[in-house]
Amino acid sequence: MSLHSTEISSVKAAKAAEAEKGKDRFMIIHNGRLFALSLATLSVLFVLQFALSDYLVLALTRILIMSIFAMGYNMLMGYTGLLSLGHAMFFGFGLYAAGLSSYYFGTSLPVSFVIAIATSLVFSFIIGLLALRTEGVSFMIVTLMFAQAAYLATLYFSKITGGDQGLTLPTDARSFSLLGANFDMTSDVVRFNLAFGIFAVVLIFFFFVTQGPLGRLFTAVRENEPRTQMLGFDTYRVRLAAFTLSGTVCGLAGALYALMFGYIGSAFAGFHYSIEALLFTLVGGPGTLLGPLLGTGIMTMLIDRLSGITTAYLIIIGIILIVVNMWFPKGILGTIRERWVPWLK
Amino acid sequence: MDIAPYLLLATLEGLVQASVLMLTALGLSLVFGVMRVVNVAHGEFFMVGALIAWACGVYIPGPPAVGFVIGLVVAPLFVGGLAWFADWAVLKRINYNPEGTIVSTIGMLYIIQQFALLTFGPDARAVDAPFYYTIRTPWFGYSSYKLFIIVIALALVAGLWFMLRRSKVGLLMRATQFDKETAQNFGIPVDKVYSAVFAIGAMLAAIGGVLVVPNQQAHYLMGTDPLLLSFVVVIVGGLGSIPGTIAAAVLIGLSDGLLSVFFSPTLAKIVSTLLVAIVLVFKPQGLFSGKGARA
Repeated sequence: MSLHSTEISSVKAAKAAEAEKGKDRFMIIHNGRLFALSLATLSVLFVLQFALSDYLVLALTRILIMSIFAMGYNMLMGYTGLLSLGHAMFFGFGLYAAGLSSYYFGTSLPVSFVIAIATSLVFSFIIGLLALRTEGVSFMIVTLMFAQAAYLATLYFSKITGGDQGLTLPTDARSFSLLGANFDMTSDVVRFNLAFGIFAVVLIFFFFVTQGPLGRLFTAVRENEPRTQMLGFDTYRVRLAAFTLSGTVCGLAGALYALMFGYIGSAFAGFHYSIEALLFTLVGGPGTLLGPLLGTGIMTMLIDRLSGITTAYLIIIGIILIVVNMWFPKGILGTIRERWVPWLK
Repeated sequence: MDIAPYLLLATLEGLVQASVLMLTALGLSLVFGVMRVVNVAHGEFFMVGALIAWACGVYIPGPPAVGFVIGLVVAPLFVGGLAWFADWAVLKRINYNPEGTIVSTIGMLYIIQQFALLTFGPDARAVDAPFYYTIRTPWFGYSSYKLFIIVIALALVAGLWFMLRRSKVGLLMRATQFDKETAQNFGIPVDKVYSAVFAIGAMLAAIGGVLVVPNQQAHYLMGTDPLLLSFVVVIVGGLGSIPGTIAAAVLIGLSDGLLSVFFSPTLAKIVSTLLVAIVLVFKPQGLFSGKGARA
């Protein structure tokens, strides 16, 4: 009898401990060192605006937006292991969704931004439903083809989209007021800080996604899909979640680009932008939180310098793609993680 | 207004396009079939072929036919050498890993394209056709050169078919395609077969480029369309299946010609790219392939 009661009490204690743990799970930050590193990176980025010249601050603004794009891409390619060749379609979709609603319906910028994110979510979900029926090389070609069709569509409907020439957003779409404050999109300082703010939100959000249970599922699918399936997870759903999340964030980056710089054009939906996302992620380190930022920074500055020397500066993209793929397939941060700093993920 | 002349013109244009496409796509298909390599730089081999044809046409004195014939020989040799080098320098070293190969060939795409920009500049270059003879129909005159393209393409495809089915080299290629490891066990030099196949695939694209130059100007960005259309053809025809590729080239070339004449070239491309995506999603073995296991 007494034995039985101790058994019950021990079960109770275990349950209580588990509940305690469950409560803690919301408070404990997994991988605190990476979180600290992310915060440190953010503070350095913020301080940089006081140290850099106007030109470099503008370059940094663009780097931050393109990093969001690359981070979105990395969610699918780096963490989930699905290599897409068509993410420019999501960037372009967000760009056009935000830009066209501002241009034709005169919605205020925050509204256009929200519209773009919401429609990007639906769009990437639908494309994901179709594209994820394939895998490997077929998946790469399917995403490439969808993106090409989307790009050609922006040319075909050039009466609406402005095609190659693009559209410049009217002056009243270059500023907005929110909560009593007025934001002017032609001011470098406002642009930088807005881009920084949104970048910080996305980075912190991605920290919690990638270091949490969903991120582990993504990685599990990348490492061994059949085993993940065997453990009882519907891997199609996991991949679809990664795809949708990735496409939505890339759409967000596109919307931000359109609204910040007040210009939308077909080129942003072209093959080249898909490859940039791939390149930035590969260089920085696929499957690392800060890799895309590092890769985007290095590559943007490199291309910027080279374009002053030669018209054929894109050659560097080709060389780096081949070299990284041959000798550093894990990218900069991925190599560092492998050799020295295992928590860098 | 009568629709017949337009229909005839569109069909002719479609057939001309189909024959160039057939060559280019067969190159892509051969490489995929034997090596399981998706070559994204394929369109750039086409472009280099076209630029060499232009250079031969301009710098070689004498009637345009001489330059054309020399171009038809030099371009595939040069491009074949380039492809052989690319295979040796890059693809062999990454062991033909499928995803790595795609990333690397994208790299090659940029390198070749930008080298062409450095060498030939950004202008579009036109070449005279090797001969002028206009075939008259009741409604319009049609360049006999374009019909010549169809003849040459058919002859080359027949030659390729013969080589693959009847010659020793073709046997080695087919054995490698069927089972790489067993082929190696039987003493087939799989490495050399791979290099040769990659070079032959690129040469087919280069010949396509040479043939197309008198019709269409040579330009460093011209590789994109043949690449995409070849993808379309190879996938719709079934990856790695040569009869399927030929059938699909005619289908895509004709429909592209018809859609381009009656609607717009952009719409034609949207339709074909979406077709590819849909085929890959719902019928991955291609429309013309009976058995699905091969690709």
